[in-house]
Amino acid sequence: MPETAAQNTAAAPVTGTARVKRGMAEMLKGGVIMDVVTAEQARIAEDAGAVAVMALERVPADIRAQGGVSRMSDPDMIDGIIQAVSIPVMAKARIGHFVEAQILQSLGVDYVDESEVLTPADYANHIDKWAFTVPFVCGATNLGEALRRITEGAAMIRSKGEAGTGDVSNATTHMRKIRQEIRRLQSLPTDELFVAAKELQAPYELVKEIAETGKLPVVLFTAGGIATPADAAMMMQLGAEGVFVGSGIFKSGNPAQRAAAIVKATTFHDDPDVLAKVSRGLGEAMVGINVDEIPQPHRLAERGW
Amino acid sequence: MRAPAVGVLALQGDVREHVAALVAAGADVRPVRRAAELDAVDALVIPGGESTTISKLVDIFELREPIDKRIAGGMPVYGSCAGMIMLAARVLDGRPDQRGFAGIDMTVRRNAFGRQVDSFEAPVRISGVAGDPFHAVFIRAPWVERVGAGVEVLGTVTEGPADGRIVAVRQGALLATSFHPELTGDRRLHAYFVDLVRDTR
Repeated sequence: MPETAAQNTAAAPVTGTARVKRGMAEMLKGGVIMDVVTAEQARIAEDAGAVAVMALERVPADIRAQGGVSRMSDPDMIDGIIQAVSIPVMAKARIGHFVEAQILQSLGVDYVDESEVLTPADYANHIDKWAFTVPFVCGATNLGEALRRITEGAAMIRSKGEAGTGDVSNATTHMRKIRQEIRRLQSLPTDELFVAAKELQAPYELVKEIAETGKLPVVLFTAGGIATPADAAMMMQLGAEGVFVGSGIFKSGNPAQRAAAIVKATTFHDDPDVLAKVSRGLGEAMVGINVDEIPQPHRLAERGW
Repeated sequence: MRAPAVGVLALQGDVREHVAALVAAGADVRPVRRAAELDAVDALVIPGGESTTISKLVDIFELREPIDKRIAGGMPVYGSCAGMIMLAARVLDGRPDQRGFAGIDMTVRRNAFGRQVDSFEAPVRISGVAGDPFHAVFIRAPWVERVGAGVEVLGTVTEGPADGRIVAVRQGALLATSFHPELTGDRRLHAYFVDLVRDTR
């Protein structure tokens, strides 16, 4: 009987559901995810209180400086980091490179970042993320982009910012933009949501849901150019639910201390007394590049669509 | 009678989901990040999150001793997932320096079911909670490997490779689950906890 079959399916444990994928990101909220390139850095990040680490071969600042095609990291290096820490390990696949994602899933990484920081492998399509058991996080510069990624199966969204610069201005723009567009949807009468969905190039059902709930159906983190405790706290006050820090920690003068300070600033993002305390004596921040000075073709945030 | 004041430890994790579930269960809910905020609540929920991080932040923001004191004084506490780890007297597969509140006389294994690709949903029946089994969501979840004599086992996994594993326990006013009822909209466990808080007052 079909009914019995359905009951059996419901009773057996199921993996890879939208709920466990999105739920995993819910558990990271209020936390800091740090880019690391060695097991040693991963341990420093864990010691500082990171909720997860992002394993990659070169931090965005180095990718930017060295140029060339940037790809998924060596599995040996990812394995080494998985062995080194007890917190979740994320890793990056190129936009559209579903085989890199298959490999990362096979390695047992906890989240795949389909990332504009690496060189895109497909200039038309992103990865079909529903086809995977491992959850995906994707970057977005605006609401339409976020919704297209969610439609493809992303279980977590982060603002793109401009990675590897230490310039937080683009992350600010993206966070404000996403939140503004959500508020706009909330203000629209129902009959205008159809056109809004068309303009956002996103499914009507998802647009309607956001107009009703006032938030994305998945967790929204911020990323790209965060270099100080104050940067992290500002992003949280702008509505981010957590923070990715890339080059900002291990390109600074005192990574362990800066990492710990950014963790504290994220938790107490609304308490200027705590922020003042943790911002003291951190040494040199990463040198940084102004986004305005980067020629258009070299801006990572403009990869993906 | 006033609604019980229930704090949610708001250092890191899925605080908002617990707040919503507790509000629905009739509690007066407040986030707790400081010792003074802890003093103002009748009970505490430790949310899901990253137990390594929560453990560190508890030390950094000087909450360990106040929370230990309140637990010793009989304050009801409920922990889900990372919260269960924080309530365990003994933790396996954690960092050597990871410390919980030594609340429940049990040994918990971190990430016992595997990594995120092994995270799963399954039905779990909880003794003392009427109705259908919970639709339980396990995310890089721990399980309880051993319990002391004073600990009541409330629920186990009943299907699949982890059949028989303990995933819900209670010792006096302390309650812990490996899974996340706060993610499903099923408010029965939070109602159970709020009732427990009312009975304790």
